Amino acid sequence: MTAPDEHSAAGFEAPEISHRTIQLGVEESLRLDCGVELRDFPMAFETYGTLNESKSNAILVCHALSGDQYVAGDHPMIGRPGWWEVVVGPGKILDTDKYFVICSNILGGCMGTVGPKETNPETGEPWGLSFPVITIADMVHAQAMLLDALDIPDLFCVIGGSMGGMQVLEWAALYPDRVFSAVPIACSALHSAQNIAFHETGRQAITADPDWRSGDYHRQGVVPHRGLAIARMVAHVTYMSEASLHSKFGRKLQDRDSVTYGFDADFQVESYLRHQGSTFVDRFDANSYLYITRAMDYFDLAERYDGVLAQAFQETNARFCVISFTTDWLYPTAESRHIVKALNAAAASVSFAEIETDNGHDAFLLDEPEFWRVLRGFLDGADEQRGLLG
Amino acid sequence: MNMARKDSEARRDAIRVDLQLIADMVEPGSRVLDVGCGDGELLDYLVHFKQVDGRGIELSTSGVNACVSAGLPVIQGDAETDLNDYPAAAFDYVLLSQTLQATMAPKQVLENMLRIGNRAIVSFPNFAHWRCRVGLALQGRMPVNESLPDQWYDTPNIHFCTIKDFILLCDEMNITIERSISLDSTGRARGIGSGMFFANLMGEQAVFLLHRS
Repeated sequence: MTAPDEHSAAGFEAPEISHRTIQLGVEESLRLDCGVELRDFPMAFETYGTLNESKSNAILVCHALSGDQYVAGDHPMIGRPGWWEVVVGPGKILDTDKYFVICSNILGGCMGTVGPKETNPETGEPWGLSFPVITIADMVHAQAMLLDALDIPDLFCVIGGSMGGMQVLEWAALYPDRVFSAVPIACSALHSAQNIAFHETGRQAITADPDWRSGDYHRQGVVPHRGLAIARMVAHVTYMSEASLHSKFGRKLQDRDSVTYGFDADFQVESYLRHQGSTFVDRFDANSYLYITRAMDYFDLAERYDGVLAQAFQETNARFCVISFTTDWLYPTAESRHIVKALNAAAASVSFAEIETDNGHDAFLLDEPEFWRVLRGFLDGADEQRGLLG
Repeated sequence: MNMARKDSEARRDAIRVDLQLIADMVEPGSRVLDVGCGDGELLDYLVHFKQVDGRGIELSTSGVNACVSAGLPVIQGDAETDLNDYPAAAFDYVLLSQTLQATMAPKQVLENMLRIGNRAIVSFPNFAHWRCRVGLALQGRMPVNESLPDQWYDTPNIHFCTIKDFILLCDEMNITIERSISLDSTGRARGIGSGMFFANLMGEQAVFLLHRS
């Protein structure tokens, strides 16, 4: 098992691969919430399946904080299946024999879409901290630009978990005419103080790493891998539940019969977290982590609507399926209920199911038969209605 | 086609008699909220045979998940608290089948139903049915029978009423009874109309179509 500090501080670099990208904002720039105009920027994306003639079968999958555009198939960088391989593919719930599934790397990401790691064409240097602070709404506007570029007028469904769910809510609010059905999973309409607190802990870990170099580590040829690994370790705990940590690890020791009276990874759970931290560093950019967590912290959908969340959904005709998980303490069911209340107040069509599971927040990525049954049923129903409406 | 869909198609042909009576009162193509929709039997029927824009609220997780898996827009929620979230006149009909007597505040639930719906359809077991009366009068026991299967200590029904009580309540709340039907123990339906004494004695359950004038 690789501990985070086994990487050599200098000279570590993620394997370079070329992502499928498209240049957006060429004719018309993207005006970000912070006021900056972003123009002529790359967006990386993947598609699965075939767009039908009437262009009515497009599904946009929105990825979470540490996700990327590689939803299904083999991930080119990590040599493992894509992050939602269990749900997306031929004959699966998001059936790529039937639907055209699109997933783009979010704005600020580090898998080919413009972000702090990418080169600023005006300076020829990596953006670093000169990259503008982005929001969830900015991410969604950029995705809408991608759809324009692909000449896709509207989406049969927009779906995502965690930060992906926040994008789904923004989609319904910002582009009500372009969304037929919306599935926000394990998310919230606003980022809670607790969530901001955890993010701040992670950001502090990154910026406290001497190799962060005030965000300029790319140019200086180093990587703040210790800080990023710790950020990931903290975050990873929030994605699990007490029950799942207990059943996976309990107090079991790692490759030893007794504790060592030292600070080595005596416990399996420690070893597991160190592994999670170190593998994350191989595929994720520390500055991206700062920007994306910030975007999540700033998320409060009701804010634009004088604090009345229902107003955000006033224009939408989308069918919603809100899903939460019993042991998710990062985005607890109460926060999904808050969304449902607002949708009801806006007289929107909404389904809401809470799925019983021990898997915590991460449940949306895992084998959860009840969750899948609900999701499949909802999509089949929406499909039937879409068919009826022609 | 999934299993849930197959099941729902099989059951669509034969929904419960009292649910059929409710369904018959609903205009095709209307907006319907089914409060306490269970596993979605009535809602599924209304969506597929009456082409309604139907929604449901259900307390039990298993019921909700069964509904959503069958493609019905249903949320997990409580009639007592969650009806407050809906705007006025959001629906043409708000349905409450066999649940009013199990609510903490039946009057408030009725008020809310008629606020968010232009019409309300309510069904409930009639506590003045002759078998209840005989049981109480001769045996001195609370009724336990097919339509009221639970013992007093574990029944969810906490606010029993009779057909007569309900009509008086509607009067007190200025609710107009548009239609009223009683169902006897053989499942035969008859209009209550002026024959209230008979309905109150013979009706095992009742269905009311209500609106605010």
